[in-house]
Amino acid sequence: MALDTDTVRRIADLARIRVADDQLAPMAVELNGIMRWIEQLNEVDTEGVAPMTGVADFALPMRDDMVTDGGAPDKVLSNAPERAGAFFAVPKVVE
Amino acid sequence: MTMLTHLTLAGMRAQLRARTIAARELTMAHLAAMQKHRALNAFITETPEAALAEADAADAKLAKGNGGALTGIPLAIKDLFCTDGVRTTAGSKILENFVPPYESTVSANLKRDGAIFVGKTNLDEFAMGSSNMTSAYGPVRNPWTRRGDNAAVLVPGGSSGGSAAAVAARLVPGATATDTGGSIRQPAAFTGIVGIKPTYGRCSRWGIVAFASSLDQAGPMARTVEDAAILLTSMSGHDPKDSTSAPLPVPDFAADLEKPLAGLRVGVPKEYQLEGTPPEITASWEQGVAWLKDAGCSIHSISLPHTKYALPTYYIVAPAEASSNLARYDGVRFGLRVPGEDLDDLYANTRAEGFGAEVRRRILIGTYVLSAGYYDAYYLKAQKVRARILADFTEAFRSVDVVLTPATPGAAFAQGEKMDDPVTMYLNDVFTVTANLAGLPGVSVPAGLDSQGLPLGLQLIGKPFDEVTMLRAARALERAADFRALPALGA
Repeated sequence: MALDTDTVRRIADLARIRVADDQLAPMAVELNGIMRWIEQLNEVDTEGVAPMTGVADFALPMRDDMVTDGGAPDKVLSNAPERAGAFFAVPKVVE
Repeated sequence: MTMLTHLTLAGMRAQLRARTIAARELTMAHLAAMQKHRALNAFITETPEAALAEADAADAKLAKGNGGALTGIPLAIKDLFCTDGVRTTAGSKILENFVPPYESTVSANLKRDGAIFVGKTNLDEFAMGSSNMTSAYGPVRNPWTRRGDNAAVLVPGGSSGGSAAAVAARLVPGATATDTGGSIRQPAAFTGIVGIKPTYGRCSRWGIVAFASSLDQAGPMARTVEDAAILLTSMSGHDPKDSTSAPLPVPDFAADLEKPLAGLRVGVPKEYQLEGTPPEITASWEQGVAWLKDAGCSIHSISLPHTKYALPTYYIVAPAEASSNLARYDGVRFGLRVPGEDLDDLYANTRAEGFGAEVRRRILIGTYVLSAGYYDAYYLKAQKVRARILADFTEAFRSVDVVLTPATPGAAFAQGEKMDDPVTMYLNDVFTVTANLAGLPGVSVPAGLDSQGLPLGLQLIGKPFDEVTMLRAARALERAADFRALPALGA
């Protein structure tokens, strides 16, 4: 399952990372090198093995559904690259 | 003044309590050492004024005799832990100006016990690396040099390379670190210090910049097993703000270190004898086996058959989780913003410019293995192999109490080495990554010097939440190794 430049372009779009056109081919070579090394996992028999998402052997804790924090807009906005009043500002999305 | 920086953390604590040294004096000695050794590039941000103010407060408490477990002890914090009001970069350009308005649980626990923070240590960008070469703030220099070769600048390992270099060079007696695939244990081995990665869930991940959430775990670095155990006791504990934090009581990890080991069963996994492992690594491992035997342990050959698949599994699971965790860096709510024609353009520009090459590479791999059509072949497959790796350990721990392995496949290498091919760099974590995938505690202990005069480490892996037994065995290794060598650079 070798990655071609179109696939690299597609995953770069999905990841929202700009990759210049002349970088697509070198990136494909790099990623293919890593993926080829990863292919050895196909040697492992995983028939009937349940996939494992994490190691924590505890039931997820539950709590009452209520507000426990908030009312600190200045803290929330303190690192905003651009703000307008009590809001984050972004380029116009809807015409 | 210089000698103060050579005390153990336990020794500093005893003298602070006895009032034979003052917290201010101790802090100033370490701040002076930091200033003198800035060429190591161990710190991204130094906080001397805050540290001195905290030292005065510590002296006031100590004078009244009501100091906590760490009152007056200067520590360094890996720049992956959010610190309230102090810039936290994660080693990335994308967080160059990020000042968290909150404190991570682990660093808050250390503050609660009276620790003084002298600064934030350098690291591989978003903790992705084994050499510190991926930091946007420049590489860290290992204070150790090859015997007779001061020209080659060695790496301290990674990702917690700044913390490791700072502790080894006597700039601080201890530091926080994190370990996703070996980022505590590998740099500890490269710099001749002790590093503990506790069981997954022992330390809260809340407020630590996330890399791979099912693998990330915080832990301490220090120069002795006892010092590291003291720090771990303070850092650990259940935290409702991290749903994977273990609701278990925290033992005093330093309490039983000297208890005899008679009867302890030590496993030696045959699969860790890799083709091409340098003879000095094998010799150090055999020495470790002999030391534990002398200490009264029984030695058992064990099999962990899926060991060779751990790294490729890791390089699916970790990038997959990273691609999801790092989606938050979008140039909108915090961090760098690079303008674009529209919102999508702004995202793509910001992330291309804000992330370094290794981070971009891992996000792309993670996105690929999670994408439609490839998810089953890669991500699901890796999750199943991970289950088999865990099953290997579960089976092995039926007949042994701890597992002994080398910490790394070699000593520290030079800056610029192993950079041609990402996979060559990834192989550094071959002995450490299994403990992350299986969620087990691991510790790296300095075992001696190789023929070039560089430190080598031994690793012990313990049963889940049985750090106490693992650390007792680590203390036995430390006692036998009697590691006293000092790096070429340092206070």
